[in-house]
Amino acid sequence: MSSVHPASQEIVLRLSGITKHFGPVTANDSISLDLRAGEVVALLGENGAGKTTLMNILFGHYVADAGTVEAFGTPLPPGDPGAALKAGIGMVHQHFTLAENMTVLENIALGTQSLWRTRFDRAAARDRILRLSRDFGLEVRPDAVVAGLTVGERQRVEILKALYREARILILDEPTAVLTPGESDALFATLKLLVREGLSIIFISHKLYEVMAVSDRVVVLRGGRVAGERRTAETSREELAALMVGEEPVLPPIVDVDFGGEALVLQGVTTSGKTSGARLERASLVLKRGEILGLAGVSGNGQAALAALLSGMEQAVAGAIQLFGETRQPWSAAQAVDLGIGRIPEDRHAVGTIGDMSITENAVLEAIRSPDFCRRGFVDWRAARDYAQEIIAEYDVKCPSPEARIRLLSGGNMQKLILGRALRPQPALILANQPTRGLDVGAVAYVHAQLIKARARGAAILLISEDLEEIMALSDRIAVISRGRISEPSKRGGKSIRELGEMMAGHGLEAA
Amino acid sequence: MRLEPKPAPSLAATLLYPAGAILATLVLAALLVLAAGADPLSVLALVAKGAAGSQFALLETLTRATPLIFTGLAVAVAFRARLWNIGAEAQLYAGAIITVVLGTGVLPLPSWLLIPVIMIVAVIAGGLLLLGPAILKTRFGVDEVVTTLLLNFVVVLFVSMLLEGVLKDPMGLGWPQSQKVIADAQLPRIVQGKRLHYGFVLALAAAVGVWIVMKRTALGFEMRAVGHNPEAARFAGIQVNRVLMKTALMSGGLAALAGFSEVAGLKGNLTLDLSPGYGYSGIVVAMLAMLNPLGVVLAAIFVAGIFVGADAMSRSAGVPSYIANVMVATALLTMVVAILLSRYRLRWR
Repeated sequence: MSSVHPASQEIVLRLSGITKHFGPVTANDSISLDLRAGEVVALLGENGAGKTTLMNILFGHYVADAGTVEAFGTPLPPGDPGAALKAGIGMVHQHFTLAENMTVLENIALGTQSLWRTRFDRAAARDRILRLSRDFGLEVRPDAVVAGLTVGERQRVEILKALYREARILILDEPTAVLTPGESDALFATLKLLVREGLSIIFISHKLYEVMAVSDRVVVLRGGRVAGERRTAETSREELAALMVGEEPVLPPIVDVDFGGEALVLQGVTTSGKTSGARLERASLVLKRGEILGLAGVSGNGQAALAALLSGMEQAVAGAIQLFGETRQPWSAAQAVDLGIGRIPEDRHAVGTIGDMSITENAVLEAIRSPDFCRRGFVDWRAARDYAQEIIAEYDVKCPSPEARIRLLSGGNMQKLILGRALRPQPALILANQPTRGLDVGAVAYVHAQLIKARARGAAILLISEDLEEIMALSDRIAVISRGRISEPSKRGGKSIRELGEMMAGHGLEAA
Repeated sequence: MRLEPKPAPSLAATLLYPAGAILATLVLAALLVLAAGADPLSVLALVAKGAAGSQFALLETLTRATPLIFTGLAVAVAFRARLWNIGAEAQLYAGAIITVVLGTGVLPLPSWLLIPVIMIVAVIAGGLLLLGPAILKTRFGVDEVVTTLLLNFVVVLFVSMLLEGVLKDPMGLGWPQSQKVIADAQLPRIVQGKRLHYGFVLALAAAVGVWIVMKRTALGFEMRAVGHNPEAARFAGIQVNRVLMKTALMSGGLAALAGFSEVAGLKGNLTLDLSPGYGYSGIVVAMLAMLNPLGVVLAAIFVAGIFVGADAMSRSAGVPSYIANVMVATALLTMVVAILLSRYRLRWR
């Protein structure tokens, strides 16, 4: 549904020759980009391709080493976010920047009033918000407190915030990452209305189908350079994917193997609700050996609780759990490792790794007390280093040395190390929680191939993901989680994306 | 002005920044001396001479450094695991109390056994004193900065009560001081007739021991992991709370050794001025050492040298010896800035 109104020729934003180095790393290498009035340009690229750096330079958070930014014909002073705002550039971040304890109205008006003004004209502000809201299909309740809003509503507030400030250029950073398919469609409709009004939009994404659906033009970044620029109407997903990674990603075919036996059975399990988001509410689930069970759902519907339960981070308060045929009490994190549960956590920075420790230390983090690395309380660092080297070699982790702090690795390489740490002991049950979030196409393909490989040797894999495409591509069976309940799984292909989307939104979902 | 994160600091940088911090401290101290109406260069020279200009001065500096090594290690160990132990002063006094209680003749043991027994009990007492705040932190989320800091005052008042009561030396002419520990409980002097005692050797051994624990053992690894990212540590199966308990025992125990060594090695008895704030100075020492156990030894000698040197200087130059406190405090501030600069780059725009 690319814009039916042809973009005018007026260039509203021009980035020329933007170059930015971080130490030895070149994040942006003379990137040039034009944005015309009334068009949607998709900025497509893997993590580490330089999208975020580029947008931070545009917005004045970083100062470029070389190159200039021009908005509406006037150059923007480098390193001044205020100037970017004043020039009419609005940004909707991936992580929302709203004050939770304030109302929608207050959040939108925040910062638009002079600090010396003592009165705040609420009525005028409300009128304006409601008018914008109506014009662009951005339904909000001005007096609702942000803390009680859904993710979709929050995003609408963020967009309204930019429009309220009279933004003429809107930058959306991975806007659909947190939305249901239905909400995404609504967002796309809004974007169409916005460009019809003459706004220009930069849409950052790594999801090819969205880029195809929403943009007029696609600029592909790879390794800090512009790898290619295409009119959306004249390109294909295959071509864009190839531009992104440099070569076609190859997914190994899924071969059906029946290993029989149930690895994990949950019956009516309710969790204590320690983790954020919804808790599990009498959730039931059967996971067989040698299968990938995809669990789709909108973030915050109990995925975190389920992952925490299997990882040994949260306890169940009701229900029965069977692991490898034995009825068990919930386990601790250390027991999870010993029981042979390979865990790929959702947040690789905050939970999966310790940024300031070395790759070696992170590689043995879960096994530091095992006899392989620990004798009478003393760590055998040589064995640890050898083990890290093996993971680095086997899982293709690109790093300067095993001594390097893991913080320095790119997201993909960090994930490969976590993958190696979790999968190398050949776990019989694998919990993959958002294993490819934020990764580039190449790394995504790698992670998928590793999961399929583990499945082929008979591991039972629970794949939790908000990316329906990923779930559809990998899973033998697909279940949907909504408000802490897990649906009866269906065979792959048994339900369409639309049906799954409706279930994710909570329609027609019965407790299994 | 803005801060941008830097990639990993090089080895040269990690050595250069502390050196720069000390240089900045000296410059600031020189300005203060100037303000006091004296010649900065000669005053700083006098401080240096007073700290290390003679055998006497050097031994005095090492004697003064001994408790600082212990408290510095205590703080370094705790801070590594992000357990903010501000209570080394209290733990020091706990060790001192145990030393006079057990060291004044109640235990009929030979010296080679008596000293280790006192040490072990002192370590346990100091450890338990920090265990309380650690449990409050892990169980109820009580901020340990507050509890450990306030415990300092509680324990010092408790010592005051003991010295006016049960521990008061009947032969002390009414002064608030305890009896002297018996000869068998005393740490011998390293050089006959000088004040430097085997507590210093013990402190060096403790530093090496802590270094080995931090670098080579699974416990040290777990402590560092908990300090850097407790969430990831917990996910990896490390029992974060238990590690914090062990850290508390270790840290409190090390601080208690400072009190033990001051009483058994130097003063002989417990008084209210046993520690001129060694517990607090331990924080400076640990920060100057960037929490490295071996660095703590150097930092403690540096800080002790400033105190000892400033005393000597003030006698001959007439500049108040409070300059030492200012210098040590300045050193802490410049060091914090140096650590910041080693990790972030300042950008002016």
